[in-house]
Amino acid sequence: MHLREDVFSAKGGSASGGEGPTMAATRDGFGKGVVEAGRADARVVVLSADLAESTRADGFQKEFPKRFIEVGVAEQNMATVSAGMAIYGKIPFITSYATFSPGRNWEQIRTTIAINNVSVKICGMHAGLLTGPDGATHQALEDIALMRAMPNMIVISPCDAEEGRRATLAAAKSDKPVYLRFARDKTPVMTTPETPFEIGKAQVFWKSKNPKVAVCATGPLVHNALLAARELEEKGIGTIVVNVHTIKPLDKETIVSVAREAGSVVTVEEHQITGGLGGAVAELLARECPTPIEFVGVHDKFGQSGEPKELVEAYGLGVSHIVAAIKRASEKVPMR
Amino acid sequence: MRITDSEVKALKLKANDIRQTIIRMLAAAGSGHTAGPLGMADIFAALYGHILKHNPKNPDWPERDRLFLSNGHIAPVRYAAMAHAGYFPVEECLTLRKFGSRLQGHPERERLPGLESTSGPLGSGISQAAGYAYAARMDGKDFRVYVATSDGEHDEGNSWEGAMFAAAKKLGNLTQIVDRNFIQIDGNTEDVMPLEPFGDKYRAFGWHVIDIDGNDIRQFVSACEEAKTVTDKPTLIHAITVPGKGIKSIEHDYLWHGKPPSKEEAVVFLQELSLAREELLKTK
Repeated sequence: MHLREDVFSAKGGSASGGEGPTMAATRDGFGKGVVEAGRADARVVVLSADLAESTRADGFQKEFPKRFIEVGVAEQNMATVSAGMAIYGKIPFITSYATFSPGRNWEQIRTTIAINNVSVKICGMHAGLLTGPDGATHQALEDIALMRAMPNMIVISPCDAEEGRRATLAAAKSDKPVYLRFARDKTPVMTTPETPFEIGKAQVFWKSKNPKVAVCATGPLVHNALLAARELEEKGIGTIVVNVHTIKPLDKETIVSVAREAGSVVTVEEHQITGGLGGAVAELLARECPTPIEFVGVHDKFGQSGEPKELVEAYGLGVSHIVAAIKRASEKVPMR
Repeated sequence: MRITDSEVKALKLKANDIRQTIIRMLAAAGSGHTAGPLGMADIFAALYGHILKHNPKNPDWPERDRLFLSNGHIAPVRYAAMAHAGYFPVEECLTLRKFGSRLQGHPERERLPGLESTSGPLGSGISQAAGYAYAARMDGKDFRVYVATSDGEHDEGNSWEGAMFAAAKKLGNLTQIVDRNFIQIDGNTEDVMPLEPFGDKYRAFGWHVIDIDGNDIRQFVSACEEAKTVTDKPTLIHAITVPGKGIKSIEHDYLWHGKPPSKEEAVVFLQELSLAREELLKTK
């Protein structure tokens, strides 16, 4: 799958000064990607709600000042202004924190972007617990559910900065509304420019011989899923790890196929289980291939202040939690 | 574009046609809003009959002026005005709110050509029109962007966010027409959530404001012409209208904001409008 060689590096990663895997925030991938998208297509514009540096929209602002539109602290206005621009024929990327956009402006997105069915890209930064010290108000854990329930909307949750860049470029080329979910903290970079990326096509990142559990993960926690897979393979429990970067449309073919092959499933996400990837996979498998499932995610709780790593552990999203979930899943009797 | 007496008379007759169609379509639908559409019939007759550059046979004509409707619940007046302008047969108006109709209860862009946008949830039209006007100016387009709004929807914060944005970006190619009819669903606007001084609020926000009688076609046409001369600010045509205009027994009554006439009421209302039409025909 063309992953980086230093994915499992505990120390000595080539590009990170010898301290483990190469680290970068998915929002940085967005920042690069949107500038590239702007160079490739003059219709691309970026709107900012007073968070240009934090959302990494500032790179675009520097290179294309006339195509950068500041709307102030007004996410509802940002969504509706962008809808007007997209009806005209522009390709707007609207940028803020995910709790505000698509949180606060959900209805504006529903009516003026999704029902209108226009090419606006909603870029939600600071998604998940990786937001860290800002606390619960700024840690979006419901955004996937909000956007997944919306007709016409594509939902993408990149696993690392490089995939964030690729997802941004792919979104610019799509004529549909797209929600892109990004995180604040630096996380391991797993993919390379050669890693295949296609909207709606999940990727198998890891496959043991005789897998007993298929792990469907999304976002930066895909790395934790890989670490868990490696640890368990050494202990004789084989897994398949799938990077589900597109949550809508879900790659039904790949997910049903790995569930059938392994016989049980674990989902991993930095989001409420209700309505997130776990919900999406459970809905699919209940219909197509009933399979025992364990859910690693946030269980109906809000976040709180803390360091990202601390929060990931406190909320049960660490490698040890995924390992335990895989073990539980592997012991379940397949339903067939 | 000066307007002659005979043109004004023709638009008044068109407004009467539109009002009659509104009554017929609402009675057939059995639900919908009556007061707002009747109050805005003169303005919509003038927009489609005199103001807008448009082509009913080619709704996507790139050089057309754009008309956004923010308060989507007054869709009957837009549908009726479009039908009487030749966009589709007037009889199609009777499909309003019916399953499979292009005339949805609240207008949807993808269902009917010529709508520009989807609306109904209030407060989002100014921003959409402003975004459109901003994009058009980026590309040097010289058509105008119009947005029709209601007074009640100015309870929504999004309306004022859009008003700030349009002024901040100096959108001289944008004209807003507000239907200031002083009613909303739960009562009179000044009782539900006071909006006065409405025009002065917009002046303070940096808009060019023109106060008119919104049921006077000549004043409306003149305001639209004045708006074209203001290039560094968006313009608000602050149109004081009579909700339910044309049906004396319901004028100004907020209870008619969100209900349709019964079949029996419709017969009486149509008689009143037919008489008014006869009177109009007698004038010079």
